[in-house]
Amino acid sequence: MVKFSEDKLKEVQSMIDRYPEGKQKSALIPLLHLAQEDFGGWLSAETMDYVGSLLGIEPIEVYEVATFYSMYNLKPVGKHVFEVCHTGPCMLKGSDDIIAYIKTKLDIKVGETTADGLFTLKTVECLGACGYAPMMQMGIDYREHLTEAKVDEIIAACRNKQ
Amino acid sequence: MATKLLLAKAHVEGIRHFEVYRREGGYAAVEKALKMEPAAIVEEVKKSGLRGRGGAGFPSGMKWSFLAKPEGVPRYLVCNADESEPGTFKDRYLMEFLPHLLIEGLIVSSFALGSNRTYIYIRGEYAWIVGILEQAIAEAKQNGFLGKNILGSGFDCEIYVQRGAGAYICGEETALIESLEGKRGNPRIKPPFPAIKGLWDCPTVVNNVETLAAVVPILNMGGEEYAKIGVGRSTGTKLISACGNINKPGVYEIEMTLSVEEFIYSDEYCGGIPNGKRLKACIPGGSSVPILPANLLLKTAKGETRLMNYESLSDGGFATGSMLGSGGFIVLDEDQCVVKNTLTLARFYRHESCGQCSPCREGTGWMEKILTKIENGKGAISDIDLLWDIQRKIEGNTICPLGDAAAWPVAAAIRHFRDEFEWHVNNPELCQTQNYGLAHYADPIHVPA
Ligand SMILES: Cc1cc2nc3c(=O)[nH]c(=O)nc-3n(C[C@H](O)[C@H](O)[C@H](O)COP(=O)(O)O)c2cc1C
Ligand code: SF4
Ligand code: FES
Repeated sequence: MVKFSEDKLKEVQSMIDRYPEGKQKSALIPLLHLAQEDFGGWLSAETMDYVGSLLGIEPIEVYEVATFYSMYNLKPVGKHVFEVCHTGPCMLKGSDDIIAYIKTKLDIKVGETTADGLFTLKTVECLGACGYAPMMQMGIDYREHLTEAKVDEIIAACRNKQ
Repeated sequence: MATKLLLAKAHVEGIRHFEVYRREGGYAAVEKALKMEPAAIVEEVKKSGLRGRGGAGFPSGMKWSFLAKPEGVPRYLVCNADESEPGTFKDRYLMEFLPHLLIEGLIVSSFALGSNRTYIYIRGEYAWIVGILEQAIAEAKQNGFLGKNILGSGFDCEIYVQRGAGAYICGEETALIESLEGKRGNPRIKPPFPAIKGLWDCPTVVNNVETLAAVVPILNMGGEEYAKIGVGRSTGTKLISACGNINKPGVYEIEMTLSVEEFIYSDEYCGGIPNGKRLKACIPGGSSVPILPANLLLKTAKGETRLMNYESLSDGGFATGSMLGSGGFIVLDEDQCVVKNTLTLARFYRHESCGQCSPCREGTGWMEKILTKIENGKGAISDIDLLWDIQRKIEGNTICPLGDAAAWPVAAAIRHFRDEFEWHVNNPELCQTQNYGLAHYADPIHVPA
């Protein structure tokens, strides 16, 4: 069953306390982040319903929001998600080559997860790191000035953590 | 050396921490402000000539004076830290390295506007910056600059950081408010404007990070002194985030008297184009503003030196000019393909359209499809005309300016680089392996020996 720990529930309460009385729905977006981190990196219907119950709002109000924002995963993802930016400024600095390299290296297409469940590759739109291109986001970290060698290192480090 | 009002202390060791920031003169603007009448602070901001740094350039003091003040209704200040316009990464720099400057600006501005609960809405991907800001807020609070009865003035203020979750549209102020209310980021129909009916239907001011940080030097030096820096209606300093094919990408604080040429080629700023390549084109103010070929970038159509400011960059209108926008400066060298670049931007806007208005939702999708065809050598000349037609039908026909923002880059690319589009159509195979190159677009001033 999906349920936050006591500590997390305290965090939930402090999030709700940031808004005036009766405006707890405002905590939905931060709460969905918390839930995604806590419950396996994605938002199942059960997770979303649970978040809705914490805020006293209808499940549909949660689904509406979860489907709008690109950072929420609505299906399971790999342990490490590579989100490579491919918007103009990154493209000018060779993001297409980096994406092609990762595809070959992991033998997956964009949007897929490796068979061992370790890696998911996604392309994303500008992440505000255009001057440090090419770049990708991994969890909450940015990896900037990417080169093939750097990608190799990152992949090896992820594998070593296993 | 150019005047630095915002980033002067960015490299001071430990400036992220309260004690160091305070030792360097920080929070003096709060001490000064709390002894003033709120209306007098608004007056100083008006005198400063400060214009919104989020992209639209609307006079900030005037915006503040529109805020409704009904009895017994809370008012809110919201700091727009959504920063998602491709090419723009200046607010990130400010928040990462000088978090207390933003917090100080927020306290002064909250006092001026009467906001006891102020929110920083930050794009979800800047997750690590949330911690930096919350640390700064906690330190300010411990030292009596936030919380109840700040410095004994009777003014209460809390600042909260709210993380978004991946949506460019939430940078548009009414979409941001919707998002802050826990909803999808669908822009609202205006009027009513947020100054009358904003967050939770209360009067609200939404300002960009850099705008609110600039309030600190304005208070410290006085609006009139601030207005003496710069030129014309481009007062003060501006942060520019420079990227693309330049030697020194990064964030620069400039005086708006600087020429575009010096900004690109001087070692103090971008340091020129790498690998001896020539400058082909530039998008000077974030992905939404018109792209300019090098010849129109460095000099206006009248032959005057183009400067890095609101008026000069837009000189000539859209026919031969562009905009300062958000200050996202994107440089393209001779090896870049304008069609490909335009395609990635069209894809961006299609991805980011909230889908409420059909011209934007459908139009951005079609522009991406047609550009994909042309880029892949499968387009016809009539497709270029169709593209032109679609962008015209989006512009001005939508609820929020994202529609225009999607239309302008396509329009400008066709306006100035039509022969490159035609070359793709006429050379369907060649364009797969080769770029059109410079043709007549090259920077006429910097010709390599
Ligand atoms: C699609 C769209 C995206 C925007 N994104 C941002 C943004 O990321 N940051 C920002 O400050 N303003 C953004 N704006 C402008 C805001 O709507 C608003 O004008 C601005 O926050 C006002 O602050 P300022 O007057 O201090 O510039 C955006 C506007 C549109 C139409
Ligand atoms: S113009 Fe586009 S982004 Fe703006 S409200 Fe309409 S559909 Fe949404
Ligand atoms: S274009 Fe990739 S981070 Fe901005």
